[in-house]
Amino acid sequence: MSDAPFYFAQFLTGLASASSLFLVASGLSLIFGVTRIVNFAHGSFYMLGAFTAYSLVNALPSGIFGFWSSVFLSALLVGLIGAMFEFVVLRRIYRAPELFQLVATFALVLIIQDAALWIWGAEDLLGPRAPGLDGAIEIFGERIPEYDLALIVAGPAVLLAVWLFLHRSRWGTLIRAATEDREMAGALGVNQSLLFTAVFFLGSFLAGLGGALQVPREAASLLMDLNVIAEAFVVVVIGGMGSIVGAFLAAVLVAELNAFGILVLPKITIVLAFIVMAVVLIVRPWGLLGKPQAGQHGAGEPEQPLRPLAGLPLVAALIVVAALVLAPAIAGDFMLVLLTDFLVAALFAASLHFIMGPGGMISFGHAVFFGLGAYGAALLVKFAGAGMIVALAVAPLCAAAAGVVVGWFCVRLSGVYLAMLTLAVAQIVWSIAFQWQDVTGGDDGIVGVWPAQWAASKAAYYYVALVLCLGGIWLLHRFTHAPFGYGLRAGRDSSLRAESIGINVHAHQWMAFVIAGGLAGVAGSVFVFSKGSIFPDELAIPRSVDGLIMVLLGGIKMLFGPIAGAAAFTFLEDIVTRLSYWRAIFGGLILLIVLAAPDGVAGGFARLTTRWRGKALQAKP
Amino acid sequence: MLEARGLETFYGGAQILNGVSVHAGRGEVVALLGRNGAGKTTTMKSIMGLVVPRKGSVRFSGQDITGWPPFRINRLGLGYVPEDRRIFKDLTVLENLEVGRQPSAGDGPVWTPERLFELFPNLRDRQDNLGSQLSGGEQQMLTIARTLMGNPSAILLDEPSEGIAPVIVAQLAETVRELKREGLAILLSEQSLHFARAVSDRADIIEKGQIRYSGSFAELDEQPEILRKYLAV
Repeated sequence: MSDAPFYFAQFLTGLASASSLFLVASGLSLIFGVTRIVNFAHGSFYMLGAFTAYSLVNALPSGIFGFWSSVFLSALLVGLIGAMFEFVVLRRIYRAPELFQLVATFALVLIIQDAALWIWGAEDLLGPRAPGLDGAIEIFGERIPEYDLALIVAGPAVLLAVWLFLHRSRWGTLIRAATEDREMAGALGVNQSLLFTAVFFLGSFLAGLGGALQVPREAASLLMDLNVIAEAFVVVVIGGMGSIVGAFLAAVLVAELNAFGILVLPKITIVLAFIVMAVVLIVRPWGLLGKPQAGQHGAGEPEQPLRPLAGLPLVAALIVVAALVLAPAIAGDFMLVLLTDFLVAALFAASLHFIMGPGGMISFGHAVFFGLGAYGAALLVKFAGAGMIVALAVAPLCAAAAGVVVGWFCVRLSGVYLAMLTLAVAQIVWSIAFQWQDVTGGDDGIVGVWPAQWAASKAAYYYVALVLCLGGIWLLHRFTHAPFGYGLRAGRDSSLRAESIGINVHAHQWMAFVIAGGLAGVAGSVFVFSKGSIFPDELAIPRSVDGLIMVLLGGIKMLFGPIAGAAAFTFLEDIVTRLSYWRAIFGGLILLIVLAAPDGVAGGFARLTTRWRGKALQAKP
Repeated sequence: MLEARGLETFYGGAQILNGVSVHAGRGEVVALLGRNGAGKTTTMKSIMGLVVPRKGSVRFSGQDITGWPPFRINRLGLGYVPEDRRIFKDLTVLENLEVGRQPSAGDGPVWTPERLFELFPNLRDRQDNLGSQLSGGEQQMLTIARTLMGNPSAILLDEPSEGIAPVIVAQLAETVRELKREGLAILLSEQSLHFARAVSDRADIIEKGQIRYSGSFAELDEQPEILRKYLAV
């Protein structure tokens, strides 16, 4: 009984956090609803809002007016940055496969992160308290900050304002129409480009506002972006993509889960939210208030058939393989390490491509399988005293087993919801690896996982990697061109028609998850012996995004795209990470590639060769 | 008024239109007849800019609109009524009309929701209903009304009679005649010869992406082999 006031205070704290979470999530949801872009950079906009507000609050005269105008100006500035990004970058690639837009937004994450580091430095910055709201009010004997109470009011107020805008203004009506069927809206005279820019402005404005309002409560830090984006994704998915009211309800739910979860299980509050999301998605695959995603009209070119390797490409592939086999004869140790990295990346990317290309399922969490393979091998060595061969053989089975579990859930969802569930799984597994210190070593990772004596030299281990990774890629190629692969692709192109000719689409997709998971596990276990150590970073979201970038760099429609993408990625990363501010440079490079070759490196190459042959088969988009 | 010439449109590697030419003048209703998959809808979409033809040109209202984005084509006064209606289901009837609203660009008749409710009395009582709550016939009326809110001087009407109760089809025929009296140029795609004959001035018959016949219904009736070859099921 005496605990009641404390719980009530905790409840209010939860509501205050919900407001800022809602602001971020509603912007994300709006942007997704209209443009179908999953905006990874949304968390970065939130972070920018916080940093900008911190600077403005200190620059403007202190006082109520100064504080609130700095909040508003920050939101406005962030909104303009978002609109500019849409205008300069995204507008050029709307016709490209939608994952390209995703990668472009991730490039922006990298750029904003380094820009913030450059402008504001690495220190956390705690802003002043809000003037006029710096006290606390006693409620049932508990002191509640006035600012929290103001935020509790601000959330619903913004919800009301956005709702009125969407339902009572012409622009809002157009936005809702475009959310449903943007092609039809265009045919009715709605200028989509303008609408998209406007929505990006509004969404980024809300994210900036959320960040700016957070300044008196929480220090602005460089970790804010990916922390908040994971939570915002969860909120948007629980609420239903595109639903503002849903985003509000889900924000309250998640924030309260955090507020109370921290009392019970202080370490895994984020996991709690992700588990709720998984449960919601299984019961309602389109979120609490969302609508089942209708097939978009004019979704683009139909998929080209894949052909087994034969003729000239086969010769080219054999030459590459021969070069890889002969490489140790001329390459030094450094080059061999880089080539090993490439082989690992190639198998990782190829396995991701297997579920994305032929399988048609987007995964944001593929690093989970990679990481489980790596941790599996490391744990086998550390706790079971297993040798390298045993570890390399058994660890991929752990990853494949995870594929069985994850795949079971995933094949019941589709499109962006599936992608979000994989992201959730990745975040959960990451949290476990990060926090289960006794087993995984937490942040310190597991070190001292070296190859067996006979494979200790760089060249010997390179051959181990070569055999396993090329073998894995060859297997994927076989699977793709076996009847299993035909069934998988049939299910992707039309699941209804595939079902009606007797293909069990779910079973095929499930199997694809298991295969891809197992082979990503192979890549992970090869990786851990090549580095001798493993850290939680290897299964975090950025690692999954690396995989996406490789697949997209290579071109999703090409079977050998991921390998080209992995090569480009590995060597670029190696060069770029030596520079300071490499994230920004890397982000800029990704943007350039995305803009210059919207069908990827291999796609661009294929386009050149078809043009060269004078075959204008590929329609101009 | 509206003239498409030599349209060649591809979906991926498959050529759907093989040099289609159609035209419609002010106050003229032209029926584009053909079986399922003959290329009627693709012709409409190519004219509207929803798919970009690889060859051929579209002229409308004295301008070459080939390759324009659909919204600009619409704002020039060309309305599009899609085959599958594509009502905004989460929006009310009035909101659906609002999305279609554009200032008048040319000399077409000027529409308001009030005037449209005179043309489609069934919609008047359903103004505040969501698109998803309408019957198929009501949705068909709404999709036409929504397009008219753009005050077009020509419209592309893709299979309006498909899947609609006969009573409503009769009502739609009257609507098309009314729009013709208002001076609109109408390109109407149909599988139903009956409906097309009731409202159109001329017929173009399309098959495998090519126009096989172009002329009056009277001449068409004298050549039953054409009907049998290209239209009979």
